[in-house]
Amino acid sequence: MDDLYREVIVERYKDPLYKGKLDPYDISFEDENPLCGDRIRIDLRVGADHVVKEAAFSGHGCAISQASADLLLESIIGKDIDDVKKLAKKDILDLLGIELGAVRLKCALLSLKVLKAGVYGLQEAKDSLVDDGPI
Amino acid sequence: MLDPNKIKNDFPILSREVYPGHPLVYLDSAATSQKPVAVIKAMDRFYEQSNANIHRSVHLLAEESTNLYENARKKIAAFISARSWREIVFTRNTTEAINLVAYSWGRKNLQPSDLVVLTEMEHHSNIVPWQILQQEKGIRIEFVPFTQEGKLDLEKYNAILGHHPKLVSFTQISNVFGTINPAREMITNAHSAGAITLIDAAQSVPHVPVDVAKLDADFLAFSAHKMCGPTGIGVLFGKENILEAMPPFLGGGDMIKKVRLDGFTSNDLPYKFEAGTPAIAEVIGFGAAIEYLEGIGMKEIEDHEQTMIKYALERLSEFPGLTVYGPTAEQKGAVAAFTMNNIHPHDIAQLLDREGIAVRAGHHCAMPLHEKLGIAATARASFYLYNVKSDVDDLLKGLEKVQQVFK
Repeated sequence: MDDLYREVIVERYKDPLYKGKLDPYDISFEDENPLCGDRIRIDLRVGADHVVKEAAFSGHGCAISQASADLLLESIIGKDIDDVKKLAKKDILDLLGIELGAVRLKCALLSLKVLKAGVYGLQEAKDSLVDDGPI
Repeated sequence: MLDPNKIKNDFPILSREVYPGHPLVYLDSAATSQKPVAVIKAMDRFYEQSNANIHRSVHLLAEESTNLYENARKKIAAFISARSWREIVFTRNTTEAINLVAYSWGRKNLQPSDLVVLTEMEHHSNIVPWQILQQEKGIRIEFVPFTQEGKLDLEKYNAILGHHPKLVSFTQISNVFGTINPAREMITNAHSAGAITLIDAAQSVPHVPVDVAKLDADFLAFSAHKMCGPTGIGVLFGKENILEAMPPFLGGGDMIKKVRLDGFTSNDLPYKFEAGTPAIAEVIGFGAAIEYLEGIGMKEIEDHEQTMIKYALERLSEFPGLTVYGPTAEQKGAVAAFTMNNIHPHDIAQLLDREGIAVRAGHHCAMPLHEKLGIAATARASFYLYNVKSDVDDLLKGLEKVQQVFK
């Protein structure tokens, strides 16, 4: 009925493939979107070859934020951590297959922000995600 | 009884089709109300005919502008039964009005460890100004808890009054629960305890008759944009003797009588608190909004909203998996904040939007309230004089579609 709620988004929201926590993990980071209170934590296991072996996310949020986290983690498993660092806004939107307004963009990008903060450190994550201006 | 179908015609935006085949169903008046043509015209007319700065030049336009501006102030004073127009201070909004009290009255009268009493159902704008004073001056803040029903625990309130607060500040109608707090009784008790009172009336003055003399409120704050008026203009009502004893807020033009290089003399009330060129057109628009509301009657508006919220709660309570927060219809204003199964309020609002239905989703600037409820957010439908029963029916149809998407 609505592009924003394409089947894949609702499905990933209801039955995510990568929801959970890893123990032990090599990288873990948690952050929230203060506008709506959505909160996401991402745990990664990274091999000696710098390749992401396992990934999981936990927390709560709307369908857009949860589905984008799930699709994002799926896309990085088997990838070199340096390639993960290069992920950008466009990659998330391609995964979701939708266009988003400024407000909902924050929902979609929360998981990428958390992931980048985990692999990079928080400030670099902010710097690497060009903001679309104030909301 | 007012006829909402007729009233709807006064609001041009309400005939807009927001998506093909989906006319606007506006259920977000608690955030801001829509504007009737009378208000829009009054502001246009001002800019087209009279625009000039006020209280200064002697030419005709300046005189007209000053008269229009000051007449609006008098209308507003009469609307809330203030004793004098001098008790009406123009601010940008409710938030700025509360900040004015915290900044001016609070800085002068509150000492370290003095107590300010708030409630757990306050909007952030009636929490943060006091937290700033807490950080700056070391004042104490106590919060009156709310019950499971979303009503203030008055026993606890009266117990807290025993701790000798200097100021009690609370919302007359909650922007989330819709709870109508017993302001009169709470003010009387606060006065007996030696405290002065500030009422956040952002959600009450637009919807129910408010009489500051009967309430005996010391301060009362509200915004034009929630009551058919423009954004950018609000009011701080204050008892004359209390305002008189307060130091100025912002410094600049209009708030002074005399300026010398070694000092200044403050202007009389209310100008003492109105530095700089004010929002002249907005004040005039506010005056037109008051006239519009008075033409319909606040009692009639209150009754209509009571009918609306009763019907809305009835219908929403039949909806499987839906929880509405706050007390029963008779005890609340026309606000229904709800959650639905595990569907995130943002998703609810987004899907309703595609049906042309505007609701708000989030914490509605009341994070402590949501934290206590153990939820991150709610979806909120709020009603005003221009809403009709079929708006509620449309909301319910929309919610069914939301449920289908997530079934």
